[in-house]
Amino acid sequence: MDVSREGEGPADLVRQTVEAVYRADSRRVLATLIRLLGDFDRAEEAMHEAFAAAVEQWEREGVPANPRAWLVSTGRFKAIDALRRRARFDASLAQIAAEYETTTSAIEWEEEGVEDDRLRLIFTCCHPALPPDAQVALTLREVCGLTTEEIARAFLSAAPTVAQRIVRAKSKIRDARIPYQVPSRTDLPERLDAVLHVVYLVFNEGYAASSGASLTRHDLSGEAIRLGRLLVELLPEPEAMGLLALMLLHESRRAARTSAQGELVLLDEQDRSLWNHAQIGEGSALVRRALSSRRFGPFTLQAAIAAVHADATRAIDTDWGEIVELYNLLMQIDASSVIQLNRAAAIAMRDGPAAGLRLIDDLLAAGHLGDYHLAHSARADLCRRLGRFEDARISYERALGLTRLEPERRFLEKRLRELS
Amino acid sequence: MKYLCLIYDDEKKAAGMTKEEGEAFMGEYFAFTEGVKKSGHYLGGNALQPVSTATTLRTRSGKLSTTDGPFAETKEQLGGYYLIEARDLNDALQVAAKIPSVRTGSIEVRPIMEFS
Repeated sequence: MDVSREGEGPADLVRQTVEAVYRADSRRVLATLIRLLGDFDRAEEAMHEAFAAAVEQWEREGVPANPRAWLVSTGRFKAIDALRRRARFDASLAQIAAEYETTTSAIEWEEEGVEDDRLRLIFTCCHPALPPDAQVALTLREVCGLTTEEIARAFLSAAPTVAQRIVRAKSKIRDARIPYQVPSRTDLPERLDAVLHVVYLVFNEGYAASSGASLTRHDLSGEAIRLGRLLVELLPEPEAMGLLALMLLHESRRAARTSAQGELVLLDEQDRSLWNHAQIGEGSALVRRALSSRRFGPFTLQAAIAAVHADATRAIDTDWGEIVELYNLLMQIDASSVIQLNRAAAIAMRDGPAAGLRLIDDLLAAGHLGDYHLAHSARADLCRRLGRFEDARISYERALGLTRLEPERRFLEKRLRELS
Repeated sequence: MKYLCLIYDDEKKAAGMTKEEGEAFMGEYFAFTEGVKKSGHYLGGNALQPVSTATTLRTRSGKLSTTDGPFAETKEQLGGYYLIEARDLNDALQVAAKIPSVRTGSIEVRPIMEFS
């Protein structure tokens, strides 16, 4: 590739065009090539060769009318060529090349088919037969186009570990023959849950990193929201809308969640003028759409709770009765201890701290959440409001011993100082 | 593509069944086997005697050792298997999910390595 860097020659323009097409469409091209070639690695190699060819050929021959279609068919030819060359050393590859030529010779170019390829890619990367951490890594790598290094940095792990996870996942897809398809109607609800769970994991990792100095890793949350949008666009199921809404509504408070000094600011103390109202508007509209379907699930209900918070101009305007009702509905689907804890906190706001404290003490007495720092800090907070400062101190200290996040540590230490 | 569905279950549970329960369970297995034969998935399958009948062999430094019992003591034991022909993993998982022991134990689905 001989591309002049001086001035704005035609080569520069072509290169800029190719880069723009790469950013916008490389994942679509890859998704279709995986279907045509039936192999992740071969498809990635073919895609890169197709883009390299575009830099040379588009300068000579002009940019094709449909760049994406050009890239897919060029990638396919490159893959067949590569197999033919290697077939001199491995005769079995010649047969694969011949199969590609006959089975994929007539590529029907339909936009609908391409969108299906992207869904196929998502469902394959999030297949339940793959380990959960591999599902997350593979989705970020193949669907979002993040590099292995970027994924490793975001999850605070070593790049070789992430690379190995991805290699193993691809081997399992090939060797156990995990099909490249959107699940059938009967399997869809369960399989969609798995996909939504992966997206939510990515979001959470970005929203409140489980350890480390910084409270938020914005890039991951952004990727998760992009994935959520893609899912809603491709498969407008109520829970996909609910998850996107939940992420948007949480994300809308990003600027208000930390002070200029990087300190944690709780919901009731946030400067609500810093909330992102475009995201709140979009999230609330999605909640309404998902709720009206009557087929919603836990993500939609959690989003509805976040929307009630977003509705309140001041913290004291919050409709806690509505929030408790939504938690009651949520408990019917998922009576997990964490949800019971959140419900207890909402009841404390509606009926006073003593009512909430009773529920939290019951939860802790039942042996749940003993290791969960937020259970102890919630208990501490209610004790403080009841004037039971010694109990509050003990619970804040227990929470402090359990959290691994720096801003949360500083927050708890501040509360402890205020008590003494 | 061929897959082996390995059926793991707690032997004690099966031993603790009443005659009626045991017969009903066997009946489910007969029905399942009929079903996969009709659908064309079935290649073979067998139930195994309990692990108390197992013998494990290994040769180390040229010396063959023979020991009583299974290779590994686990809570669930390999009790039988089906060899099936399936289009892909999703197809194989759909078949395996109908093996009666899926409700009491676990089914491990393993693709068969093909040597060409």
